[in-house]
Amino acid sequence: MKYRYPALLVAAALALTGCTADPKPVSQPASNALDGVGPITFVTGKDSSGVQQGLLDKWNTEHPDQKVTLVELPAQADGQRQQLIQNAQTKSSSYGVVSLDVVWTAEFAANGWVEELPQSEFPLGQILPSLVAGVKYFDKMYAAPWGGGTALLYYRSDLLTKAGVQPPKTWAELDAACAKVLKLPEAKGVDCYGGQFNKYEGLTVNASEAINSAGGSVVGSDGKPTLNTPEAKEGLNFLVDGFKSGRIPKAAITWDEEAGRRAFQEGKLLFLRNWSYVYTLANKTDGSSKVAGKFGVAPIPGLKGPGKGTIGSNNLAISKYAKNKKTALDFIKWMTSQQTAKQLMVQSAQSPAYTAMYDDPDLVKQYAFMPMLKEGLMNAAPRPAVIKYGDATAAIQEEVSSALTGQKTSEQALSDLQQRLSGIVGK
Amino acid sequence: MTTMIRERTGRSTVKPPNRQGSGWSTALMLSPTLLTLALVVGYPVLAAVRLAFVQVADQVNPQTGMLERTESFGLGNFAGIFTGESGEAFRNAFWNTTLFTVIGVTAEVVLGVAMALVMNRAIRARGLVRVSVLVPWAIPTAISGLLWRWVFESDGIANAVLHTQVVWTADDSTIFGFISAPFTTVLIADIWKTAPFIGLLVLAGLQIIPKEVYEAAKIDRAGTWATFWRITIPLVKPTLVVAVLFRILDALKMFDLPFVLVGAHKHSVETLSTLAQYEMSNVRYGPAAAYSTVLFLYIALIAFLFVKVLGADLIGRGLKESR
Repeated sequence: MKYRYPALLVAAALALTGCTADPKPVSQPASNALDGVGPITFVTGKDSSGVQQGLLDKWNTEHPDQKVTLVELPAQADGQRQQLIQNAQTKSSSYGVVSLDVVWTAEFAANGWVEELPQSEFPLGQILPSLVAGVKYFDKMYAAPWGGGTALLYYRSDLLTKAGVQPPKTWAELDAACAKVLKLPEAKGVDCYGGQFNKYEGLTVNASEAINSAGGSVVGSDGKPTLNTPEAKEGLNFLVDGFKSGRIPKAAITWDEEAGRRAFQEGKLLFLRNWSYVYTLANKTDGSSKVAGKFGVAPIPGLKGPGKGTIGSNNLAISKYAKNKKTALDFIKWMTSQQTAKQLMVQSAQSPAYTAMYDDPDLVKQYAFMPMLKEGLMNAAPRPAVIKYGDATAAIQEEVSSALTGQKTSEQALSDLQQRLSGIVGK
Repeated sequence: MTTMIRERTGRSTVKPPNRQGSGWSTALMLSPTLLTLALVVGYPVLAAVRLAFVQVADQVNPQTGMLERTESFGLGNFAGIFTGESGEAFRNAFWNTTLFTVIGVTAEVVLGVAMALVMNRAIRARGLVRVSVLVPWAIPTAISGLLWRWVFESDGIANAVLHTQVVWTADDSTIFGFISAPFTTVLIADIWKTAPFIGLLVLAGLQIIPKEVYEAAKIDRAGTWATFWRITIPLVKPTLVVAVLFRILDALKMFDLPFVLVGAHKHSVETLSTLAQYEMSNVRYGPAAAYSTVLFLYIALIAFLFVKVLGADLIGRGLKESR
């Protein structure tokens, strides 16, 4: 063990000598021209269905001199972000066009990791406004809207019909529906409402949804946190009271999307807030779902009327350190075109960015939830566009979770969150 | 090995070889090795330590929204660890890390030694027993974390078997009203996984104990307990101490099991490695390196104390004259 001492001494020496250095600014890359034609890479999450590769094959046959190679990142968003950041930190040119989660836009733009895109070259007027908002930072566009979804309320249509109840539009109606339906003998062992309440990104989504649906907001349009309002409290209380009164089952404190989906599919839940991917799975007739054909979809409810869902979307951007940026721009335009969007929706249910496509008869025939999703998306709100989104979401999860588990009152949690977010945004 | 055993049983006087050598020629011959070690071990460690002293300050340009970054050197990253909110997180993580190590390793030693004794005895199907004990150790931690998460889900096997409704992985839930449930699940999964490791190492130690020693004990009419405490434990101690040291080092840097089994940001199972990972995932390499450095010092200290107190023969110096 004595061989360790020199290393410690060196460390101590480093510490002492290091203290005297002056602060020095770190330079930002300056180039901004989108030029260069040639092969590029397309970096996105795991392509389990093979749909992406199929699209790339099509592009590659049409553009043999501008070949696009697929680079697959982990399936989880955290892992993708980690790799994208690492690539930017090493200024590597191995990533060309990258797929960004909507909540990373501000961080990637402010750090100068992605190129600004020319707004005039994209048909932004035909795209859902809520999705366009998600690709902008300081009024500049840093990514092209590729597709997005928002929350849907899944409900057991068989039980609602039996009790003669309409799908709820407000929280009060939701409570009344539960009170009535759960008295039915068929509803034995069924809980009222579920969502995503584990301490992870899903909780941030559900909490901001509740706050927005009560007329409040997490961060205002000026970028300052706005949690010290009665609306925010009313919104958070929808979840807090839900756990207290048993409207939300106790186990839901550990639920993510999949756990809630399983409970709904096993017929243990009357209402579930989730994304559109559940629709296909819950309708499977191979025995994996007990509610196939027995459920319906509606926009999520709110305090006084329909709620405000949170946007989850994926956008395409060009890495600052990429080569052949002209090709990259052309490829993004092709990848986000109406034609490609329709193909993606048909093949893998990736919801399109184009407003009109939600009324496309072919698509509505295949996916009955399209009109509901459109209504939700027209009304949806983004999560806070904060550069330090990682810290912001951690703070939201922390405080909301302590309110849900009863460690803090809603007032206390919100005022603590207000303070923490001010610190994160202010820096 | 034979010399060592003979020495310990006091029947031989073979001296350990002279390790001094003539200084310069030895150094010259070892220099390629030392150079390689310096490059692949020394440099990354020093670079990480240096990084811990790099402080980064961000400022958003109010016109463009771009981040402007300044770097400086200092102790700020270390100061940040111990003060305010992060100080609280650090104390919690430090306590969790230590408690995981103390409880976990103790339980693993008891179970591991028991397993080794059984495996040493079982003549029939000995190979099968050994293989089956090895299975948990062979499974990657992240995968075993997933397995145990399924077990401890609210509608999982644990609740079904125990007829309870505990929400095992919720941060605030407890079992029997006082122990934190997530902490318990991580502890169970960790013991399940690593007790076999100690078991196998101890088994190796048991198998080099000569049979004559036990025969002699039998002739002297020593009971089972006396044989165990007076013969087995002292003779297996060198192996056991090394095994325990490895486990302690491993447990102190525990990260993947709580992360996969319970999840991120769960205070009841947060460890020091978790804090470093969190800082790193938010692109704050300085504070991340500072956490890692503190953890490195803590592990070095514990290892040093352990070796001093129990005399683990790690570097292979052989037996000391005093023994």
